[in-house]
Amino acid sequence: MDIAFATETLVSLLSALPLTLELAVTAIALGAVLAVALALARLSGILVLNWFARLYVFVFRGTPLLVQIFLIYYGLSQFGAVRHSIFWPVLREPYWCAVLALLLNTAAYASEIIRGGLLSVPHGQVEAARACGMPRFMIFRRIVMPLAIRQALPGYGNEMIAMVKATSLASIITLMEITGVAAKIISETYRVIEVFVVAGAIYLAINFLLTRLIAFVEYQLSPHQRQPLPVSGRLKGETH
Amino acid sequence: MSNPGFLDIISFGPDGWGHALAVGAWMTILIALAGFAIGSVIGTFGAWAKISGGRFVRMLADAYTTVLRGIPDLLVIYLFYFGGSAVVTAVGQFFGAEGFVSFPGFVAGALAVGVTSGAQQTEVFRGAFRAVHPGELEAATACGMGRVLKFRRITAPLTLRHALPGLGNVWQVVLKESALVSVTGVVELLRQAQIGAGSTSLPFDFYFIAAMIYLAISTVSGLFLNASERWFSRGVRRG
Repeated sequence: MDIAFATETLVSLLSALPLTLELAVTAIALGAVLAVALALARLSGILVLNWFARLYVFVFRGTPLLVQIFLIYYGLSQFGAVRHSIFWPVLREPYWCAVLALLLNTAAYASEIIRGGLLSVPHGQVEAARACGMPRFMIFRRIVMPLAIRQALPGYGNEMIAMVKATSLASIITLMEITGVAAKIISETYRVIEVFVVAGAIYLAINFLLTRLIAFVEYQLSPHQRQPLPVSGRLKGETH
Repeated sequence: MSNPGFLDIISFGPDGWGHALAVGAWMTILIALAGFAIGSVIGTFGAWAKISGGRFVRMLADAYTTVLRGIPDLLVIYLFYFGGSAVVTAVGQFFGAEGFVSFPGFVAGALAVGVTSGAQQTEVFRGAFRAVHPGELEAATACGMGRVLKFRRITAPLTLRHALPGLGNVWQVVLKESALVSVTGVVELLRQAQIGAGSTSLPFDFYFIAAMIYLAISTVSGLFLNASERWFSRGVRRG
């Protein structure tokens, strides 16, 4: 392996890192909002909302992400109504099409994870909150949501990692994020191994940091499962 | 063919794309099957390495699953496609061929899908083996079964039964991943839709049809997987 070439590759790939992170963060953040809405629709008990959410999840989990990206980026431009609408400046940009596809896709997977978390909240906890006189929204904000987030976090972590990996598909619609730059360097130099190793290492590093971060948040959110800190020192007035 | 309607596209007539799309869908299924099969072989050996390998072999298997689950599938496809082409070109030049020889996209795609799904299947098989009751394996040894006989009659069937739900998930992932193989130029379902979109300037219709075909394939295989799960768990007592 040629160290000088690998270093050069690393520099060009790192310059594409911000775009990869931006895509992932935007899609995950916006996707989370939609995911909560979909999960609540599933659990709302309103038939129309429930079936809409079911259909949404079925379609977006059953088709490849790349097809969804193509459908949004190439497909929507087929309609004159879209081209002449106020959304066109946004939908014309490959960046926003990629973000839109990624967020719609992750929302489908994440809504199932969040639904599982919401369902796992023990009924007694809600009852206790109600007995304390909390109104509905406060119960949701103070009791249900924190418990559900704690339960859903491991699954959500996996979904976030999947999203970081999925940003690579944006390269197919001309965005020069890490995989896009890597493919360009490979097709110019035909030095596959070096580029692959460097690009792979960057993704691994991102995902490693992400897992650490999620583990840290999980630790912070579960003080009740930790061993109590050992009491050190003698109590006042204690004699031996 | 300037402006065909939606039904013209899916028709099987001379102007329709029905036949081409069906062939593309068949290719998608073939890539997914080949990739899944390669992944099963890798997964079996990977799980074996993780369960009863020595320290070094275990480390190797751990590194494999960690790396392959942490990097994008598209990158792995590029590795096999461009890497394979580089190897084939080098071999070709050694034998006096000139210029660039490209590696068949189908083989590169199936290998790439196989290697990534192999990492997932390693974990599925490992978890499934853990779910097999040790008493059943002990009983087989107590009956005097040899290693191979025990594996064939006891370990493999029991592990497979526990692995089935996980394998079903991997299959769905592989099916969707096969769409990425279109970047190597293999005319599978998505690539065929791209070709159709390009020559009719009706991209939405074509990608929508492709999406529906993917949905149909994954739904049908989901039903099939559920049925086989029920069949292979018929000996399991439900609480």
